[in-house]
Amino acid sequence: MTEPFNNKQQLNTSKVFILAGLLLLSAGMLFGLAGALQYLFPDFLKQKLSFEKIRPMHVTTVVFWIIFGATGGALTYLQQHTGKKIYSKLLAQLQLLVFTLTVVAILIFYFLGIFGGREYWEFPPVLALPIVFGWLLFLINFIKSTGSLKNQPVYVWMWLTGIVFFLFTFLESYLWIFPYFRSNIINDMTVQWKSYGSMVGSWNMLIYGSSIFLMEKISGNKNYSHSPIAFALYFTGLFNLMFNWGHHIYTLPTYHFIQYISYAVSMTELFIFGRIILLWKSSLSAALKLAHHIAYRFLIAADVWIFLTLFLAIIMSVPAINLYTHGTHITVAHTMGATIGINSFLMLAIAFDILHDTCIPFARYEKWLRRGNWIANISLFIFWSSLIIAGILKAKWQMRIVKIPFADMMLQLRPLFIILFISGITMTIGFLYILFPLVKNQLICQLKKLTHKDNLKENRPSEFITGN
Amino acid sequence: MSLIIFMTSDRPKFFVISVLLTAFLGYSIFLYSALPIKQTPLNKEADAGKFIWQKYNCNACHQVYGLGGYLGPDLTNAYSFRGKAYIKAFLNAGVSAMPNFHLTDSEINDLLAYLKDMDTSGQSDPRSFTINYDGTIQQ
Repeated sequence: MTEPFNNKQQLNTSKVFILAGLLLLSAGMLFGLAGALQYLFPDFLKQKLSFEKIRPMHVTTVVFWIIFGATGGALTYLQQHTGKKIYSKLLAQLQLLVFTLTVVAILIFYFLGIFGGREYWEFPPVLALPIVFGWLLFLINFIKSTGSLKNQPVYVWMWLTGIVFFLFTFLESYLWIFPYFRSNIINDMTVQWKSYGSMVGSWNMLIYGSSIFLMEKISGNKNYSHSPIAFALYFTGLFNLMFNWGHHIYTLPTYHFIQYISYAVSMTELFIFGRIILLWKSSLSAALKLAHHIAYRFLIAADVWIFLTLFLAIIMSVPAINLYTHGTHITVAHTMGATIGINSFLMLAIAFDILHDTCIPFARYEKWLRRGNWIANISLFIFWSSLIIAGILKAKWQMRIVKIPFADMMLQLRPLFIILFISGITMTIGFLYILFPLVKNQLICQLKKLTHKDNLKENRPSEFITGN
Repeated sequence: MSLIIFMTSDRPKFFVISVLLTAFLGYSIFLYSALPIKQTPLNKEADAGKFIWQKYNCNACHQVYGLGGYLGPDLTNAYSFRGKAYIKAFLNAGVSAMPNFHLTDSEINDLLAYLKDMDTSGQSDPRSFTINYDGTIQQ
């Protein structure tokens, strides 16, 4: 069933996954801005689209940007890696259709105020079924296209790990529907955050796998993905995915050993952190050498965010520090650093690599992307810093012996929320600078191709009749 | 050198992944079968209240044990801290950032039962913890 792979300027299913992901990212940013505005003006859209609707809309579109983008990236690079088409185009198309319809249905449900009401997956549980179905199609397609794991580079291991663990943790996050897990809040939250903590690690595996493939493609050096250090880092990541979820629930009155295991496991991340510091000089010289490459610029931006976010993650994994940061905006800063700074910039690098080659020469848009990259990164840094400062202030409030009311504390944070909103706007502008030419060129070229095909059909009636 | 040879062939990789997977599945199965809190009979009102909490997506704005949204306060111990009447007044009228959800009396009672159940499950106040010399915390 597998055929040789040819990727030249054709719009295939994996590209549509990425394009849909980019549209979801745009929508996610707009929902995020609307939510930030409600922090400043609580009456804004309160009747039609209040915060309990806007927040899940933002979370869902952004999570599905990651899911769509990661799927498209893995499917494209898997074909480039094997040199063959995926096992079944039909399965991929079906997965795309199922995911797209599900996302649309979820947004409609949110708009109507129909919720399942769980963190991340705030839609009614019945909509989890098509997601599981679509993900199973992805798993089948991946396994059939890859064949054996023997002599495979690290990114194939990472893709497979990401797909399998997402399915496992997604199903695990629905154990609450059984009264056995749901009836006690501590039991429920222990299992819920076990699944969520690992789930984030699973989509990171998918994205990091594609980034390693892209890095090797840009540098032309295929040695890294088979090297012992690549596998050592992969196993460290997997170890953390499996056992480092406990930092979410250090303050929950659950088993103490969850805290000890998570604390100990998270310290293995120092190995990754130390390696980044050790290699900074060679990373810098490689960056200077490859700076002309747009995708590489996004990878460099993600590298800086990996450094900052990992530093924050490690200190937040120390229970004594986590006690102060937990429940504050420092947690949000960490999430934003990871989803925007790391995941989104890695996926923009992947999206650029896969989408920039169209019927329109891309050279004229390179300035847009460079500018967008700078605007988005500087804005994100301001956005991230304001969240950290807001988090420190909330942490101080939480620890005070005599507290002022919650509403007054929020009022004190207002100047930071204003900075957050303004930097959110400039960050959105920066991202749109990057997304616009990628999406526009693809659409124009596909329209041109369609009209060209129609013209050909109209101009060839005799060929059609004679069958030539 | 031996580490390089160890990691470049396939067999050690399959060995490491098998060990990790076994440990992960063992850990998961242990947690599912021996949940941290011994099961007590299902409190029907509180269970219904949990569904009300989810139906109105309260988690988008409020936290429980520091997990959830950031627009409203943590409600883990709101029942004992604020009292039933205070919470009821909030639920009936809404506030500037919280819409009036027009809850029925039965929904309000179920939600209160859930908040009461949540309150008895433990203390979420970070001030109630002590920090140990090794960086761990305990209540």
